[in-house]
Amino acid sequence: MAQILSPLPGTFYRSASPDQPPYKADGDAVSAGDVIGLIEVMKSFHEVKAEAAGTNIRFLADNEDPVMAGAPLADLD
Amino acid sequence: MLKKLLVANRGEIAVRIIRAAQDLGIATVAVFSTADAESLHVQLADEAVNIGPPAAKKSYLSVEAILKAAQQTGCDSVHPGYGFLAENAGFSDAVTAAGLVFVGPSGDAIRLMGDKVSARTAAASAGVPVVPGSAGRVEGIEAGRDVLTETGFPVMIKAAAGGGGRGIRIANTLAEFELAFPQAQAEALAAFGDGGLYMEKVIGKARHIEVQVLADGSDAIHCYERECSLQRRRQKVWEEAPSRALSHALREELCASAVALAKAVNYSGAGTVEYLYDDEADRFYFIEMNTRIQVEHPVTEAITGVDLVAEMLRIAGGEPLRPRQSDISVKGHAIEVRLNAEDPAKDFAPFPGQVADLRIPGGPGVRFDSMLYPGYQVPPFYDSLLAKLIVHAETREAAILRLTRALNELTIGGLKTTKPLFLALAADASVQAGDVHTRWLEGWLTENAAALAD
Repeated sequence: MAQILSPLPGTFYRSASPDQPPYKADGDAVSAGDVIGLIEVMKSFHEVKAEAAGTNIRFLADNEDPVMAGAPLADLD
Repeated sequence: MLKKLLVANRGEIAVRIIRAAQDLGIATVAVFSTADAESLHVQLADEAVNIGPPAAKKSYLSVEAILKAAQQTGCDSVHPGYGFLAENAGFSDAVTAAGLVFVGPSGDAIRLMGDKVSARTAAASAGVPVVPGSAGRVEGIEAGRDVLTETGFPVMIKAAAGGGGRGIRIANTLAEFELAFPQAQAEALAAFGDGGLYMEKVIGKARHIEVQVLADGSDAIHCYERECSLQRRRQKVWEEAPSRALSHALREELCASAVALAKAVNYSGAGTVEYLYDDEADRFYFIEMNTRIQVEHPVTEAITGVDLVAEMLRIAGGEPLRPRQSDISVKGHAIEVRLNAEDPAKDFAPFPGQVADLRIPGGPGVRFDSMLYPGYQVPPFYDSLLAKLIVHAETREAAILRLTRALNELTIGGLKTTKPLFLALAADASVQAGDVHTRWLEGWLTENAAALAD
């Protein structure tokens, strides 16, 4: 199992905008390089990408959660 | 006079408003999110209320939480600062409906100026020049040809239903116009299901010039203009007053037009009327009116000696406008630069973190508006503005020298900031000559950004 960590401190978002579906749902398969969420830091948005592939992603951070740099965002099998 | 003020903001502007209120003997209440519990505005206010979690939507943008805090602490008034709820007409209405004084204009005035079309109409009927163009939709190419007598070339043809830059064509000649108009029509129809177009003159190289107004609901005055042409991604980074581009006669005309608009809409409080100024044509055009105190207000305070935030509080307290137009004169030249927690060498990447050593510049003609203190943890959840350095001197040349001197005194340890950008701009020949326009800085950055490492 691997963890996806937040690269920056800020606010975590699961989708590109409030009216769009989440990038990934719990249980989804993930390819290396897939966007799994956004971190908003000081009003600018940064994509969070999976570094490795996995068959089952489970989110640890909720949409709009404040996170620190290095905080675990999701577990990935 | 107001007795107890809730400051519905954070950062340097909350500190600025708390200081102005305390100078007038008004008690202050700060509000803060859990991310801001250690903030300077919380420490300086007489009382402070936690209004929610870090996300602005759940704290600084929560009308309910802010009104509850105001009522719990017995406030009689609310100052919105800038950003957050400052230009939210519903917030102004809600504050008033709760029996409190909103330090700013009525919800109706905010609504009128917040809508592009109604603001343009209000400006035009107050005699303020607007960007030449069609009055509304252009029905067919023949009507379009008539509009050309207003706009000249180049002209922009836009989809009435458009947005995000789609459906825009620019024609430089009549031949191009004859081709572009039907293309734009077809494109608009395909993209938006509506072939309606409107037309506007293209203002090529323009300066951003804005006029500060103060009004009490019946009378209005101006405090002259600011020039804010140095912008990146439409964000001002360097502001100064007065503008060196305007002749005496045009300055008076520009400022009088802003007063006419403020009076026409029965404006109350501090406001800013923004214009584009076309150097070549020597003409100005209304863009919009901001119904709040602005970030760059200190340059106006420096050259006029008027405390704009104090005047806002007095007007909100029911006093008639104190300064008369004949009291307002320009003394010297002032420049403000915005020190943001951003790395200018890395495409202005945000840089939250902890302030290590801090040395604040001082001496004659130097003002530093900020919420920083040594050890302060800059949270990642809000705007990157850390501090505003304002310098004032007899001439523009002396102000630029003083800016360089003050920047060299300044140390903000532990963070990347935009300080290297301003040292480089102060040394640039075009900036020194004032030979800039609103798109100048972005071009300059493509050449110079890499050299802006701290």
